Amino acid sequence: MSIASQRRSPALIVFSTSFVILWVILAAFPFVWTLWGSFKVQADFFSKADWTNALWGVRTVAETGAAFTGDGYYGAWVEQDFWRAVLNTLIVVVFTVIISLTFGTLGGYALARSGYRYAFWLLMIALVFRAMPHITLVSGYLLPFFEWNLWGHLPTAIIVLVAINQPFTLWMLHSFFLNIPKDLDESAMVDGCTRFQAFRHVIIPVMWPGVITTGLFSFLLAYNDFAVTAMLLSQDNQTMVPKIASFLGSTQVEGNVMFAVAAVVSATAPLFALIMFFQRQIVSGLTAGAVKG
Amino acid sequence: MITWKTTALASAFAVLGTTASMADCGITSGKVSILGNDFPAIQALVEAAKECAGNGVSVSSNLTTEHRDIQVAALTANPAQYSSAIVANSSIVPLMNDGLIRPLDDLVAEHGQNLKPSQLITIDGKVMAVAFMANAQHMFYRSDLIEQAGVTAPESYEDVLAAAEAIRSAGIMEHPVALNTKTGWNLGEEFVNMYSGYGGVFFQDGTAEPNINNETGVAALNTLKALTEYSNPDFLTFDSNATQALWESGEVAIATLWGSRAAGILDAEGSTSDVTSTTVLAGAPTVGNGTTPATTLWWDGFTIAANISDEDAEATFIAMVNGISPEVIAANNDDAVWLGEGYTPGDASVGIFASVQGGAAPYPMLPYMGLMHTALGDELSDFLQGQETAEQALADVEAAYRTAAKEQGFLQ
Amino acid sequence: MPHRTFLWFIFPSLAAMILFIAMPIASVLIQSLYVEHEQVIVLGETCGPFGCTPSTTVDVEATAQLKEDAPLGRFNGLGTYLDRGHLAVNELRMAWAISDGLGDFLSRVMNLPFYKALAFTMTFTFVVTPLVIVLGLAIALGVNGLPKMLKGPTIFVSLLPMIVTPLIGSLILFWMIDADGIIGKTLQVIFDDPDLSLKASPTLTWIVLIIYGVWHSAPFAFIVFYAGLQTVPEETLEAAMIDGASRWERIRYVVIPHMAPLVVFISLMQLMDNFRVFEPIVGFSAQANATSLSYIIYSDLRGDQQQFGSAAATSMLTILGVAVLLTPVLIRTWRDFNRKRA
Repeated sequence: MSIASQRRSPALIVFSTSFVILWVILAAFPFVWTLWGSFKVQADFFSKADWTNALWGVRTVAETGAAFTGDGYYGAWVEQDFWRAVLNTLIVVVFTVIISLTFGTLGGYALARSGYRYAFWLLMIALVFRAMPHITLVSGYLLPFFEWNLWGHLPTAIIVLVAINQPFTLWMLHSFFLNIPKDLDESAMVDGCTRFQAFRHVIIPVMWPGVITTGLFSFLLAYNDFAVTAMLLSQDNQTMVPKIASFLGSTQVEGNVMFAVAAVVSATAPLFALIMFFQRQIVSGLTAGAVKG
Repeated sequence: MITWKTTALASAFAVLGTTASMADCGITSGKVSILGNDFPAIQALVEAAKECAGNGVSVSSNLTTEHRDIQVAALTANPAQYSSAIVANSSIVPLMNDGLIRPLDDLVAEHGQNLKPSQLITIDGKVMAVAFMANAQHMFYRSDLIEQAGVTAPESYEDVLAAAEAIRSAGIMEHPVALNTKTGWNLGEEFVNMYSGYGGVFFQDGTAEPNINNETGVAALNTLKALTEYSNPDFLTFDSNATQALWESGEVAIATLWGSRAAGILDAEGSTSDVTSTTVLAGAPTVGNGTTPATTLWWDGFTIAANISDEDAEATFIAMVNGISPEVIAANNDDAVWLGEGYTPGDASVGIFASVQGGAAPYPMLPYMGLMHTALGDELSDFLQGQETAEQALADVEAAYRTAAKEQGFLQ
Repeated sequence: MPHRTFLWFIFPSLAAMILFIAMPIASVLIQSLYVEHEQVIVLGETCGPFGCTPSTTVDVEATAQLKEDAPLGRFNGLGTYLDRGHLAVNELRMAWAISDGLGDFLSRVMNLPFYKALAFTMTFTFVVTPLVIVLGLAIALGVNGLPKMLKGPTIFVSLLPMIVTPLIGSLILFWMIDADGIIGKTLQVIFDDPDLSLKASPTLTWIVLIIYGVWHSAPFAFIVFYAGLQTVPEETLEAAMIDGASRWERIRYVVIPHMAPLVVFISLMQLMDNFRVFEPIVGFSAQANATSLSYIIYSDLRGDQQQFGSAAATSMLTILGVAVLLTPVLIRTWRDFNRKRA
């Protein structure tokens, strides 16, 4: 936007800036608190005695001799082999995103170009599918997966995540393709391309912004999923979120909450890098029309 | 931290011992796979069971806190995904209901010389599981605060209430009592304990008809409510993690907590020596002039799947027995209150033993108890918040239970 | 596009959805119409480390025969949907008959698990969704007005609430709002009430859950709106300025209409996600004061004895609820679709 239409009164600038500052604090505070606290002992982080202990690390000093400790990180990464969960998460996330987007771009393109009523109804039914609580779906999978010996393997979890994610992916990508002018691929077809060749040579080169944005949401779903991965993966194939949950202990047995806190901070770090890297694309992808309905 | 370190140490030993002890198990072939919860005692067991691997024997495990949710499906498959499921008195029930675990009498006779008779879980004369550890909720109190308030060590919940009042009126603490009263499973368990302490029976004889909406039930609920009035107002969110943190921060004087949490409470981590040095473990209090402690006793044990070959079942049994051998128990003595030979009771086990000796009842192992427990957990918080009467709450529990029991075919 | 080509393009996606969503939904629907067989109970005795007690067990052999004859169980029609755990038709009728006045009737209805959960689910959905849209738009406008240099880091921080695993994010917040935690203590000081506890009262618990819901979902609305703002037609804005429109009027008459399709998209996703609210209830241990439909399903499926039939019925009711919620949005999309087709 040009400067002219952006010119605002000083009062408005102050108001709008302080609103953003307030929001930034609200958004970042719990995370900053967690980051700081991850270098304390549990008695400080979840301080019942006095919350300021979490700032100064009174118990941390008493128990470890210094105001900061890396015990949580050491415990999670070295003692509890958190890296294995990270590796599994990496595999699950990468394949889920790639397969989701492959299926989704093909399907979304078809839905956007079909023009028949059934395309609309298909989209609607997919959307209603999305309403099914994941936990019910997962309970339904258990028995057949055990019977057919599919349970516990990474590919099983990946394909389930892909399927669960399809309705959203289809919706996003379909509206994105609607905004790519029809003439583009249709003129290619007039020149003798098949539909698939037109898709490959004309559409694929211009679809990346939308795909990246959709990919971000697929990524977050696979990355943060608990219901599917906790119930469908065996211990060796466990991903980060169930692993973190297992650090919390159970009714009878004490867990090690600080391992979980350190692991959460560790799990968020790659997201930082990712968002920083793709920030421009995410926004431009949305801009290019993926969400214009 | 101590528990983690001992586990690490135990696994280090296990690794060292692998080659030496391979022949000891005496299995020549078979596939052993174990499903269980994920905590140090079970980790130690599984590590030792894995020593039997090699020479055509494979031992694998899946230890997860979600084990209860997958066990029925996993053992229903044929062949079963796991040859052994590690269960407790409550989680064995769904496996029994569907006939998914096999009787162990032959295997015990042949390979169970090291097991004590009391470890065998015998149902209608058939051994269905082998228990290896015990647990119970029992009383923890702070001797210094009790003394300061001028009362003697409580032995019944009436004493607890009197002591709590004394502590409150002496201005020592506003909320001296804590129980695991989080809505859901924890709260259900508190009612089960209290009702058992009053001598209540949950079902009409030999049927699935509920039997809690009566004077005993009302008395149990009222005691529970009286106790929560001395609890922090957040008591409906108190699970074991919360109550342990409260205890370690020194903000509670009397609590009923899980015995398995005692080791963590008594160690120096997370607490001050003022708290740990004055923490006394005692059996669960009695209630309403009863003679038995108001708690239920729990065991953890292993079962063998029905849908596997006899060969795998035998290999699994031998490996599991190896996992709870006296040497393993001695090496991991403080991880649990072990039931087998080789266990030396430590400081942290005092409360559990006192409760057992007081004659507390075991948690009822009935086909429909899980449904009752769920109904209790969901329907009692309205009463504790003062939104309905005890009778209404118990009527709600019975109604919720009946609905579930009808869906499950226990009631018509 | 010819049907055949369409089918080839959509095939992988459709196959995945049919296999892993449609078929399970169909099986859940069938399951919800059946209940378990009558269980044959036998008396006996159970012995263990703590002595012997008389007990009952299921006669597995007798039950196995029943199961073989009818593997699905006993047909119950809509019985499960109408029982106390779900729509509670009889209980409603009874409550209506014996209650004196509407208030009494409502309090009796709220004592039934399904309606209690529905009340919170609906409140959460209809309070959080508009707030997320308003807050998201406000943040997007604010960030859009920032100097270029600050935009990047601000966008990144703004996305944080969405990307931290909800399970753990809510757990950490739960400790922060504890009466002894930093937020809880601060609020006690602000309201000058040393007994203030956000976890104890139903009203405060609802407010906390709603605030968490808004906080967690606002970034989603923000990022969508922010992207939308980049495409607001410049000429229209300038024309409006020349006509003497104030900034507020420009937002009201140019920006907001331009964003209308985005509002539809966000409401669609938010209505659905909020209707399935679940993680915050577990994370904040709020089940004493607030339950949702997804929470009842969870409670049926977790624990020692799983109640598939009951969970199946609640799941189907959830799908039905979402379908009803989405109807207005669907009608709008249908019109758009036909317009574009024409």
